[in-house]
Amino acid sequence: MMQTLFDKIWDGHIVSSIKDGPDVLYIDRHLLHEVTSPQAFLGLDARGIKAARPGQSFATCDHNVPTLNQEKPIEDPSCRIPVEKLAENTARHGITHFGLNNPNQGVIHVMAPEQGIVLPGQTIVCGDSHTATHGAFGSIAFGIGTSEVEMVLASQCIMQPKPKKMLISVEGVLGKGVTSKDLILYVISKITAGGGTGYFIEYAGQTIRSLSMEARMTLCNMSIEMGARGGIIAPDEKTFEYLKGRPYAPKGAEWDQAMVYWKTLFSDEGAVFDKVLTFDASEITPMITYGTNPGMGMKIGDSIPSGANLAESDRISFEKALKYMNLESGQSLLGKKIQYVFLGSCTNGRIEDFRLFAGFVKGKQKHPDVVAWLVPGSGNVARQIREEGLDKILTAAGFSLRQPGCSACLAMNDDKVPSGMYAVSTSNRNFEGRQGPGSRTFLASPLVAAAAAVTGQITDPRNDLN
Amino acid sequence: MSLQKFTVIESAVVPVQVENIDTDQIIPARFLKATTREGFGDNLFRDWRYDTQNKPVQSFPLNDARYSGSILVAGKNFGCGSSREHAAWAIAGAGFRVVVSSFFADIFKNNALNNGILPVQVSDAFLSKIFALVAVKPKTKIRVDLEKCEITLAETGEKESFEINAYKRTCLLNGYDDIDYLIAMKDQIEAFEAKKTWV
Ligand code: SF4
Repeated sequence: MMQTLFDKIWDGHIVSSIKDGPDVLYIDRHLLHEVTSPQAFLGLDARGIKAARPGQSFATCDHNVPTLNQEKPIEDPSCRIPVEKLAENTARHGITHFGLNNPNQGVIHVMAPEQGIVLPGQTIVCGDSHTATHGAFGSIAFGIGTSEVEMVLASQCIMQPKPKKMLISVEGVLGKGVTSKDLILYVISKITAGGGTGYFIEYAGQTIRSLSMEARMTLCNMSIEMGARGGIIAPDEKTFEYLKGRPYAPKGAEWDQAMVYWKTLFSDEGAVFDKVLTFDASEITPMITYGTNPGMGMKIGDSIPSGANLAESDRISFEKALKYMNLESGQSLLGKKIQYVFLGSCTNGRIEDFRLFAGFVKGKQKHPDVVAWLVPGSGNVARQIREEGLDKILTAAGFSLRQPGCSACLAMNDDKVPSGMYAVSTSNRNFEGRQGPGSRTFLASPLVAAAAAVTGQITDPRNDLN
Repeated sequence: MSLQKFTVIESAVVPVQVENIDTDQIIPARFLKATTREGFGDNLFRDWRYDTQNKPVQSFPLNDARYSGSILVAGKNFGCGSSREHAAWAIAGAGFRVVVSSFFADIFKNNALNNGILPVQVSDAFLSKIFALVAVKPKTKIRVDLEKCEITLAETGEKESFEINAYKRTCLLNGYDDIDYLIAMKDQIEAFEAKKTWV
């Protein structure tokens, strides 16, 4: 039987199938953070049990952490308590925790791959929808709710109905100044914020193969923004190269044994998908969103579309979004003044993103009216930035670096975009109020963010690439 | 731990006619800081329900005295975005047992079911019918029968059947909890682990 990559991994992890119900799926890696785990630990306590396989769970604190003065105790108790609870809970259950005092602490989806915690062919879950990131390694990785976090802690298994399979195939070469962030924003703009619901997506084709591991993570990360359970890319030499020597990756004979399995991880020729979509990379330009869901995106040089031809209910939502953004159909965003720039998050907080941003601003100056938050995805990324001297380039251009965390991606800490202000953000969600009550978000790539940071307005970065 | 059993619910509805309602709207991130499941109901739809001065927005359906009941009706692609189960806790905390929409995001659907909330997926046409009826008769009642998998407009008798996975239906009807089921599978899980060959 011809199998897709997804089927090979999923079917291999079924402990049992419930008739007319979900599969009981074995979980290899469980990632935890402080926002979605405390109630699950309370549940274990209420049942009087301990984590079943603590060695397969890894935790870090990221959502609530400040990005300045991390050495000091967190002032706001509502942020401090969840962070302390995670440290307590993980210690009590024997789970490895990358806490605030750990040099590798960071956004969970940045930290885990760096440490070699997530590997090809695994099932990986986390109480966080951007768990999809780890599909870049050829694993089945998806977000779960807190009751499911408790299930995994209690049994190392989860109950899930098997999703349908979609193949997104991308051929051709991405143009200069076009990144994998633009690629995924383009795909979501074509298939809408709900277009992937019920599916698990495999990304394939020449364009995908050509992407670095970090670019693949950016792509898979946003699979959830079209509603998909996750996205997966077959592992290849780049994947193995990235993993070799990472702290938690297998070593020696174990590595050789792992490679035997990893080499079987691809969709067989002729395997059947429920849906197949094909895109041409050469058509894509830098992208920008104009609305309040990630599907409301367009090429940076286009004008905001009209909602006139939409069905009644779609039109109400479309107009509500434009009203919130204080934008109009027909308007071009080029030249639109912005007040904030955010470089960071599990989508674009990795070293390659900082290289792109620093490369663009080198020899230029931050616009005086722009507040720029440059937040490395992890302690490890922050170290790399210094080792490569990117910090000097950024400082010379008038920028400063903050400390690792989710920061303005969801504004649970102090990094909030004020009401009515516009931000160009490299994160993944432009929902109403996502970056602070009343904030207005334009999602874009690190290059578009860099161009906005130096010009104070939305600018096509291709005009001025170093 | 068991869930409250679910059989038949007949109630007036609260209509929120917006599509793609993401979980950041259902419960904004700044209210996710509690470490227990309680108390989220007060902040359900916080930024739509209250203005920047914290005054209730009178036109928002949850503040509109014409609407009440334990059934929330919303536009398609409800619950997209963040996986936060706090969204389900907020909905339950505000007294809802059913959410009706023409399309649900996957993670939300699981989270709802794990908290004894029934997501009822109806056709676009049926959803429009509900919104139209509520617009003229705000107190109109809807009956949701999980045994028969049927949703009925009490006013007109018009009905539609809805789908729910048989296992989840049994859980809800009996108030069973997945975690008990999984813990009871201990031996089977250990046997699986003994055979697995990957890392
Ligand atoms: S960076 Fe943003 S999307 Fe990623 S885990 Fe943190 S809050 Fe979630």
